[in-house]
Amino acid sequence: MIAESMYQELILEHYKHPQGRGLRDPFDAEVHHVNPTCGDEITMRVRLGDGDKVEDVSYDGQGCSISQAAASVLHELATGSTVGETLAVVDEFTRLMQGRGQVEPDEDVLGDAVAFAGVAKFPARVKCALLAWMAYKDALARSAS
Amino acid sequence: MDTVFDVERIRKDFPVLSRELPGGRPLVYLDSGNSSQKPFQVIETMREHLAVHYANVGRAMHVLGAESTEAYESAREKVAAFVGAPSRDEIVFTKNASEALNLVAYAFGNPINEDPRFTMGPGDEIVISEMEHHSNIVPWQLLARRTGATLRWFSVTDEGRLDLSDLDELVTERTKIVSIAHQSNVLGTVNPVARVLERVRQVGALMMLDASQSVPHKAVDVAALDVDFLAFTGHKAVGPSGIGVLWARAELLEAMPPFLGGGEMIEAVWMDRSTYAPAPHKFEAGTPPIVEAVGLGAAVDYLSSVGMDAIAAHERELTRYALEALGEVPGLRVVGPTDLEDRGGTVSFTLDGIHPHDVGQILDDEFGVAVRVGHHCARPLHLRFGIPATTRASFYLYNTPAEIDALVRGLHHVRKVFA
Repeated sequence: MIAESMYQELILEHYKHPQGRGLRDPFDAEVHHVNPTCGDEITMRVRLGDGDKVEDVSYDGQGCSISQAAASVLHELATGSTVGETLAVVDEFTRLMQGRGQVEPDEDVLGDAVAFAGVAKFPARVKCALLAWMAYKDALARSAS
Repeated sequence: MDTVFDVERIRKDFPVLSRELPGGRPLVYLDSGNSSQKPFQVIETMREHLAVHYANVGRAMHVLGAESTEAYESAREKVAAFVGAPSRDEIVFTKNASEALNLVAYAFGNPINEDPRFTMGPGDEIVISEMEHHSNIVPWQLLARRTGATLRWFSVTDEGRLDLSDLDELVTERTKIVSIAHQSNVLGTVNPVARVLERVRQVGALMMLDASQSVPHKAVDVAALDVDFLAFTGHKAVGPSGIGVLWARAELLEAMPPFLGGGEMIEAVWMDRSTYAPAPHKFEAGTPPIVEAVGLGAAVDYLSSVGMDAIAAHERELTRYALEALGEVPGLRVVGPTDLEDRGGTVSFTLDGIHPHDVGQILDDEFGVAVRVGHHCARPLHLRFGIPATTRASFYLYNTPAEIDALVRGLHHVRKVFA
């Protein structure tokens, strides 16, 4: 009965209808991340504009509902936001995921990403949720350098 | 075996099968291809050895040392008899099947081994297959890189069988060793050893079998198979983890160089050189997994008391039942043979549009059904079928048709969640 709370409606919605999926040009950095334990993978591109604005986050990949939905939610949250704001969300999301289900999520910071709170109780699935988010962080670092 | 196969009685031997999972769900363990559960006969034998017989083996001059050595060596004898080895000295204890495979790979192209059967360099070839577990791929990749030899492989047909159409082009005078799975850990396919071996003998090469998925499930006789090396592991055969087995012909073990150096594998040591103990001890450096070996001895005793033919027949019925029942699940595709011909009790499948990790999670969490999801350490095989992962149900002597029903009920529910 626990998994039901992991498979929130919002996660299933994003899995079935991913937002912003597909790799787009132009971009400032592209990264490819894999989760070797389960074979999930993601290719992610970021395009930055003036004033640290995140113009686009585009991605393609394969994997379970958790990893693919996390990429879709990330796309929605990050596109149109700023690097600084999104890094704050990444930090809060990482804190939530690594909190073994003991962390009270900050909904104001996380927005829709709060739907992943249930995943934190499943150590084997935390990496699935974090795959896209870690790729995004990596892509930001590369586009800055 | 004329005795009636009483699965309910067998289940009582496995304490874990009567435990409840959190939330009061019963356990439906369909992951024995990954690792099997243990009967109390094994648990008790290991506990007793630790409690009242334990000492190091092969060197202690006291009662406990003698008892421990006797138990360890008698486990070797039991294992030898279990796989039909002509001599117990042909049984090398390793920590798992991977170590056994690495041990053999290490014997090739090794400067301290001048036996022509084991020389290897550019122009020589190693042949494996696309359906191998990583443990029967990576050691040979490493060997090819060390020696400049070429790694080649059999492909797999759409039905999940070994493609032997190019057998004569693949296995040639350049081939030094052919190493394939006796039974695939993903497809369930039992490979045609005799046909491959015939060609191997024609060209004067050696042949190894990864028998990790066959030895636990049916009678395996190395003399009848007539191959040169065979590896398997204890934990898939109702034994403990930490103990594996390499069987090899005595004359080959004699020709092979030591793998790890250390205590117990020597005859005499000077500061600048050593001579080695005869096999099998030459390959068992350091204090071995004593209690684990004793546990494996108890495991093969247990399996023999049930009867390997009876176990194989029971698993065959379960597989027949599973293939039929799974065939009724919409969107389910079995990866591997869908008939019972040369096939063991491992059934891998995909469900349209649903990732195996999601399948496995819901099966476990709602139905207590434990399956394995992912690439099962056989990534090249999944690449060959163009899929990242599968869900795998694998059966053993303690499984029942009712457990397969639970799996099927679970799969219908998974489809509803992701509809």
